[in-house]
Amino acid sequence: MRWLFLRFWLLFSAVPIAGLSSATHGQELVKSYGPDGASETLLLRSTTDIEVFGPVVDAFLATRPGLKIVYEQWGSNDLYELSRKECRDGASVADLVISSGVHQMVKLVNEACAAAYSSRQTAGLPEALRWRDELWGITREPAVIIYNRDLVPEEDVPRTRFDLLDLLRPAGSPYAGHVATYDIERSGLGYLFAFSDAREASTFGALQESFGRTQAVSTCCSADIIRNVAEGRYLLAYNVLGSYAQGYQAKDGRIGIVLPSDYTIVLSRALMIPKTSSQFERAAEFLDFLLSDTGMFALRKALLISPMLDAEDGSEAETLSSTALRPIGLSPALLVALDKLTRETFLRRWRSTFPAP
Amino acid sequence: MPDFQQRFDLSSLTLRVAFGVTLLLVIGGLLVSIAAFAYGREAARSAYDRLLLGAANDIASSIAVQDGRAVLELRVSAFELLALAPDDRIGYRIIGPDGTTLTGYDEIVVPAERRNSRDGFFDSSFFGEEARFAIVTKRFAERTLNGTMQVIVGQTLKAREAMAYEITRQAVYVLIISGFAMALLATVVVRSVLRPLKTIAGGLRARDPHDLTPLNTAVPKETAVMIQALNAFMARLDRQMNSMRHLISDTAHQLRTPVAALRAQADLLADEADPERRERIAERIQSRSEGLGRLLDQLLSQALVVHRGDSARREDVDLRDIALEVFEEGDHRLLFPQKDVSLDVGDVPLPVFADAPSLAEALKNLLSNALKYGKAPIVVGASKKSGTVFIYAQDAGEGPDPETLSLLGERFSNDTPTRQSGSGLGLAIAHSVACAFGGTLELARQDGGGFRAALVFKPDDPGAV
Repeated sequence: MRWLFLRFWLLFSAVPIAGLSSATHGQELVKSYGPDGASETLLLRSTTDIEVFGPVVDAFLATRPGLKIVYEQWGSNDLYELSRKECRDGASVADLVISSGVHQMVKLVNEACAAAYSSRQTAGLPEALRWRDELWGITREPAVIIYNRDLVPEEDVPRTRFDLLDLLRPAGSPYAGHVATYDIERSGLGYLFAFSDAREASTFGALQESFGRTQAVSTCCSADIIRNVAEGRYLLAYNVLGSYAQGYQAKDGRIGIVLPSDYTIVLSRALMIPKTSSQFERAAEFLDFLLSDTGMFALRKALLISPMLDAEDGSEAETLSSTALRPIGLSPALLVALDKLTRETFLRRWRSTFPAP
Repeated sequence: MPDFQQRFDLSSLTLRVAFGVTLLLVIGGLLVSIAAFAYGREAARSAYDRLLLGAANDIASSIAVQDGRAVLELRVSAFELLALAPDDRIGYRIIGPDGTTLTGYDEIVVPAERRNSRDGFFDSSFFGEEARFAIVTKRFAERTLNGTMQVIVGQTLKAREAMAYEITRQAVYVLIISGFAMALLATVVVRSVLRPLKTIAGGLRARDPHDLTPLNTAVPKETAVMIQALNAFMARLDRQMNSMRHLISDTAHQLRTPVAALRAQADLLADEADPERRERIAERIQSRSEGLGRLLDQLLSQALVVHRGDSARREDVDLRDIALEVFEEGDHRLLFPQKDVSLDVGDVPLPVFADAPSLAEALKNLLSNALKYGKAPIVVGASKKSGTVFIYAQDAGEGPDPETLSLLGERFSNDTPTRQSGSGLGLAIAHSVACAFGGTLELARQDGGGFRAALVFKPDDPGAV
C-alpha cells in the first residue's frame, strides 16, 4: 500500500490541515489504493477523513484484486458545488460520492444527478435510509454532547437537553462562556444538525436562547472543539459528531461522551453514484460491499457505524431506547434545509443569538 | 376458414359456450382493464394534485413581508406532505412581484397560458423527467410591497403512476376472479341445460325397435321442438308401415279370388274334351288373366302412391301440367280407341304443393274409370272453383246409381286411407293421393249433365286464385 498525499492545498494556504478537520475548502487530500497497473480505476469523492475511511476501502479491495480506487477528500460545501457543476455540465468524473451533507446529496438527487441502482443489499436498508434507489445512507453516527471529565463533576454531566438548560440557567453558572457548538454558518454539518434539532423539538429554541444568554462559543470544526474540550478550554460541547469524538476518546481519555436520552440525532452519510459514472458496475459493487456484513463490520471498526448505538453494547455509554434515536432520513423534506430564503431566515435568527465576534 | 367453420359446427355445445364465454371475458376484460387504468390515472391525478395544492398553499401562507422584502421560512410540513409520494423529486419556485425568482428552481418554466391565471396546474418536465406543477398566487398590499407572488410546487409522476398501476392491478385481480367464477357458472349451466338431451338420448336408446309411439314430451320448451319433430317423424313412419301392411293384406285378399277362378277354369280346361267349349274356356282364362294383370297394375300404382304420399319431396305443381301429362300419355287411345277424350285447361296457373307423379297416377285412375264405366265424350281437365283448385275426369253418363254413389261417398268421406275390397281400386288410389296432400275426392253429378270425379285441393298460393 502506497500513500499518495497530494498536499496541493499548500499552494493556496499556509494553514496545515489537522487530521480530523473537515471544513477546509477545496480538495484536501488524495490517496490511491490498490495496484498501480490496475485495469480499472474507481474515483471516490468523500467528506470523510482518509484515515477513517481508508481501512474500509482496503477491506473492499481485498475482495477485488485488480481494482484501483482513487480517494479524494473534500469539504462538504465544495464537494456539493463541484458535483452540482459537473452534473449540470454533464461531465462528472467521480464514480462515487459520499458526503455527510446529506441535505446537499438529497438536492443533487433531486436534480437528477444520480444513477439508480437496486439490489438485495439496498432493499435491506430501512426506508428512511434510501431515496429513489439513487441515494443510500451507509453510516450511523450520533450527534453527541461531550464534556471534560476532570472539570465537569459527575452529577453535573447533562444526560438530556433539559439537563443542559438547567445547567446554564443559574446566574453566574460556571458553564457560562464555556459551552461550544458548531458555527452553523461555516459548517455544513453544524447547519444540518441545527436544522434537524429545530425540526425535532421546541427544546432547540430554548437552547439557542440559553446559548446566547450565556455567551456560548460557536466555532468551527469537530477537531478543534473536541481538542479544546479535552484541554479544558471548553467544559461542554453540544452536537459533536459521535464518530470523531469516540475516535479521539480512544487516544485521549479526558473527554466523556453523552448521547442525549431525550433524543439523539443520527447522521447517515449518503452515497450516490453520479449518473455519468463510467464505472457504474464497480461503483455498485462498492455500494453492495458497504451494505454487506463484511462492509458493515469494516464501517463499525472505523466507528462510522457507531458502537454506541448498539443496545447490546451498553458498556461504553448509556443505551437509548430506539425511539430516542432520530435518524436524519433521506427524504425530499431535506430540500428545505438548502432553500435560499429559509437558510437566510434561519441564519438571521442564529446570528441574533451569536453576534459575530 | 371454412374448415374452421365446419369444425366449429361439429364441436360440442360445451366447447361453443366455453368459446363464447372466453371471448366475452377476454374482450370485456380488456375493456374493463383499459377503463380501470383510465380511472386509476384520473384518481391518482386528482389525489396527488390535491397534495400539490396543499403544499403550495402551505408555502404561500408562510410568506411574510418584512421591511419591503419577502421573508420566507419554508415549512418542512409542506415538503413532508409532498414526501408522501416518497420517490418523487420535488421542484418549487417562488416568483416575486417583479418576476424574479425569490427562491427555488429557475429551471421551472411556467407555460405562457398559465402566467396570468390565478391558481391551477400544468404539466412540464423537471430535470428531464415528466412532472406536474401547481401554481398558487398570493397578493400583497403592504405599504412597502404591493403585488402578486406566485408559488409553484411540482412533483415527478412516479407515485401517480404507481397508484394508477395499483388500482388497475386490483381491478384486474377482481376481473380474473370473477372471470373464473363466470366460467365455472357457465360450465354448471351448460351441464344442466344439456341434461334433457341426455335423457332423450337414453330414452331412445332403451326403446323397442318396433315401438313408434310418441316420446314423452315432458322436457324443457327448447328441446320439446326436437321431441315434436321426432314424434312427427315416427308418426309418419308408423303410417307408412300401416299402409304397407294394409297393402300386402289387400293384395293377398284381392288376388285370391281371381287366382282361384283361374285355377278352376284351368281344371275345367284340362277335363274338357269338346274343342268348342275348350275354346270358350281358354277365352275366359285369357280375359281373366288380362283382368288379373290390370288388377296387379292398380295394386302397384296404389303401392307407389301410398309410398310416395308420405315420403316423396313435395314441390310446387301446376295442376294443368298434370292434366296435360295424363292426356298426352294417351293410354286411352290404345285401350279405348272408340271413345272420344278431350282436354280442358284454362290460362291461369293452378299451383298446389304436392308430388306430381302421385297426382298423375290418381288422375289416370279417374280417367280409366270414366273410360270403363262412363259415356263418351270424356273430358280431362284442371280448373278452380270458390277458393279451391282441382283436376278431374268427366264423362257424359249418369255415373253410378245414387245408392252406390252414397255408399262410395260414405267410404271416402273420412280423411284416412281406406282398406280396399273388391273392385274400384282406382277410386281408393285417388282418395289416398287426395288425403296425402290435404285434399278431397269429389264424386258428383253435374248440373249440366254428366258425372265428374275430381281431386280438390287448397291452392298453394291462395292469392293467385
